[in-house]
Amino acid sequence: MTSTLNQPSTSGTLPSCLSLENVTISYGSFEAVRDVYMDIPRNRVTAFIGPSGCGKSTVLRALNRMNDLIEGCSLRGRVVFDGQDIYAREVDPVEVRRRIGMVFQKPNPFPKSIYENIAFGARINGFKGDMDELVERSLRKAAIWDETKDKLKESGNALSGGQQQRLCIARAIAVEPEVILMDEPCSALDPISTLKIEEMMHELKKSFTIVIVTHNMQQAVRVSDYTSFFNAEAVEGGSGKVGYLVEFNDTERIFNAPVQQATQDYVTGRFG
Amino acid sequence: MRSETGQDQFTLRRRPWSERSIDGGFRLLTILLASLVAVVLLGIFLTVFNGAQEAMASFGLSFLVTSGWNPVNNQYGAFTAIYGTLVSSLLALFIAVPLGVGTAIFITENLIPRTWREVIGVMVELLAAIPSVVLGLWAIFVMEPLLRPFLNFLHQSLGWFPLFSTVPKGPGMAPAILILVVMILPIITAISRDALNQVPQELRQGAYGVGSTRWIAIFNVILPAAISSIIGGVMLALGRAMGETMAVTMIIGNSMNFSWSLLAPGNTISAMLANQFGEADGIQVSALLYAALILMLMTFAVNILAQWIVRRFSLSYN
Amino acid sequence: MTLSTATLPSRSLRFNPGLKRNRTDRLFTAIAALFSLIAVLPLVLVLIYVLIQGGKLISISLFTQLPPAPGLEGGGIANAIIGTFLVTLVGSMIAIPVGVGGGIYLAEYARRGWFSQFIRLGNDILAGVPSIICGVFVYSAIVATRLFFGQSYTAMAGGIALAVLMLPTVIKTTDEALKLVPQELSWGAIGVGASKFVTITRITLPSAFTPMATGVVLAIARAAGETAPLIFTALFSPFWPEGLFNPIASMSVLIFNFAIMPYEAQNALAWAASFVLVILILGANLLARWIRRFTSS
Repeated sequence: MTSTLNQPSTSGTLPSCLSLENVTISYGSFEAVRDVYMDIPRNRVTAFIGPSGCGKSTVLRALNRMNDLIEGCSLRGRVVFDGQDIYAREVDPVEVRRRIGMVFQKPNPFPKSIYENIAFGARINGFKGDMDELVERSLRKAAIWDETKDKLKESGNALSGGQQQRLCIARAIAVEPEVILMDEPCSALDPISTLKIEEMMHELKKSFTIVIVTHNMQQAVRVSDYTSFFNAEAVEGGSGKVGYLVEFNDTERIFNAPVQQATQDYVTGRFG
Repeated sequence: MRSETGQDQFTLRRRPWSERSIDGGFRLLTILLASLVAVVLLGIFLTVFNGAQEAMASFGLSFLVTSGWNPVNNQYGAFTAIYGTLVSSLLALFIAVPLGVGTAIFITENLIPRTWREVIGVMVELLAAIPSVVLGLWAIFVMEPLLRPFLNFLHQSLGWFPLFSTVPKGPGMAPAILILVVMILPIITAISRDALNQVPQELRQGAYGVGSTRWIAIFNVILPAAISSIIGGVMLALGRAMGETMAVTMIIGNSMNFSWSLLAPGNTISAMLANQFGEADGIQVSALLYAALILMLMTFAVNILAQWIVRRFSLSYN
Repeated sequence: MTLSTATLPSRSLRFNPGLKRNRTDRLFTAIAALFSLIAVLPLVLVLIYVLIQGGKLISISLFTQLPPAPGLEGGGIANAIIGTFLVTLVGSMIAIPVGVGGGIYLAEYARRGWFSQFIRLGNDILAGVPSIICGVFVYSAIVATRLFFGQSYTAMAGGIALAVLMLPTVIKTTDEALKLVPQELSWGAIGVGASKFVTITRITLPSAFTPMATGVVLAIARAAGETAPLIFTALFSPFWPEGLFNPIASMSVLIFNFAIMPYEAQNALAWAASFVLVILILGANLLARWIRRFTSS
């Protein structure tokens, strides 16, 4: 229809998975991030980078309507997934989240056994197959099978932080979403766990579209195919800052030959 | 200053004796005042225990299982009151727990706008502030007459069942149970609400993130995470229900004749104390104190269990 | 739609109200709403009846006259109102200093030793002791022993019974309020060489004042409505109060006594006393709530 207008930042000719069209997100009357256009390509890893307070996590959480849980948070514009605006009135947010999974900054295993942590999501998504097989496959994909195969009945809380996070990733994989959103998944983890998760992401992008927020630029370089750089600017007359998308491109271009000066400054460590 | 005048103008660089003794004295004073808690608690226990000695010697453990209460020939057995205490508080709990937890979920889980949640929360808290004796008055003149046709219907249709085998004639166990529900509902709601509010937001997000609907998340993730505090709160409410006096005394009928029927007048230990303790003498006082001791031990046990549950399990999400 | 997504097999995101999961969700939401309605219903009903039945009798004479003798009409509850104030005042005068002191100990001095654990546990247990047992205790310790000038039932004994009841709440309130004061504040005072006593009384206590005050107001409001600890300590009196060392009337005991009398005039006075008591107690609760909101914003 009119998607030729406001041509989104480029992602080449790859099939797009999620499109943000003129998205503005506010908390109450305060705008957190403004006027974002972006086409997130399918089966690739897209990283969101930028200084803190630039709204990158807010945008990420908007992609599966997680912001619905925050009182007073509202969104203008369209987020199109699978040809449908996920913020349309008649859309079921539960349905959205079943197809767009999420891994959070802080590992948040359910207070259940490791097995049940995986099986829970599958069961509520109506999984009818071999549950044992699914649990093993998910844990394997999340590179945590070897550490947990002998203690599937133990509580998920008994694992270390890095293991818990991989369990949460396994939990997200198990429901076989089309997209996995990751909100700074490694920020609370040690370098070895981080490395394991990064390795895993290269495997995962074969079957999933991944969007990751990271404050670690090296991580963005290592794991992502595309990178979008967000920045924040002071609002005229206002007290707070509002975030906006500066540039969205191949990760290589963003880090080696960015179009915008702000991007150049940020990736070379001149601010942020 | 020292450098200008050559002498120290701060005369208190060394703490004088008076300041130090005030400091120490204050500490001792607070210790003393805190110890009063132990003194009072011990005093209560010893008073009741000593007073109960005579009855314990005379009636022994059969006091617990016999139900004669006869001041004329000094035969006492507290079974009716013990049974009444347990049945009334447990049945009240049985009704109040779903109501209270349901209300707590309704006002914490983002189901209705914040203003409405707060209004309901405040109303439930204010219900807790209504004095027991006022609820008793209301129960006598308003609730029981309203309830009677319904209880009559119960008797007529289910009269063959021992619990409904008597004709409801006014005060009795059933209205007492309902007024207890009203009294413990605010406690259960308040504690469940706190417990639900303490469930980390990340856990909710995790549940919604794998595509849970609201109630799948509530039943499978949020309630299990809050359950230990909720159980602790329920135990506290049970303790409160067992010791609740005035409203129950006014509506339970104060009969020492044992009956299985919930529609018949009954008694509880605290109601019995409220009614008889002021006028009793001789071994009746001791028998009442024996009953008081049993009540105290029951509430002690329930309260300690509640504290234990809360302390033992509440730390698992930090 | 030129978006490439449109060409892929599409599963609708549309909200389908007929799905089983959405039907169960609605069902449970409806149940929770119903339960909340049931939970607030008693408050509404009690308030309506107390205001209507008690409001009928509100007049000058209610606040100035003594209750009538059984069988007679008219009269007031003036002695009971004064009595409630006196007994509650005695209770507060004892429970507040002791409770605040004990709370200061727990929050500021207590280490993780057995003694403080014991006091904390004891306080929790004391909070759970049925109020009628407080009455029994004070009766046995003070009334039966005629501790005060050979008098048996006294306003003083009633006040002490209320104090036993209020004590755990005041301690807990103080303890929790003091713990909310930022550590940096007292470190600041200690850092300039203030003694612990000065730090607590000049810095910590004043900053904890609001939560303490609200907690104490709530404890007093609760004590004012208590009946069980008074029925055989302060007893009741149809006359004007005669000092702290004689039996005294109180609104709560008046309600209890008059509710079960077979005379309409007495029943009506019970409703009127409920009206006054409920207005006072709910007023105190709303006041405490307002203080908290007013100072927190």
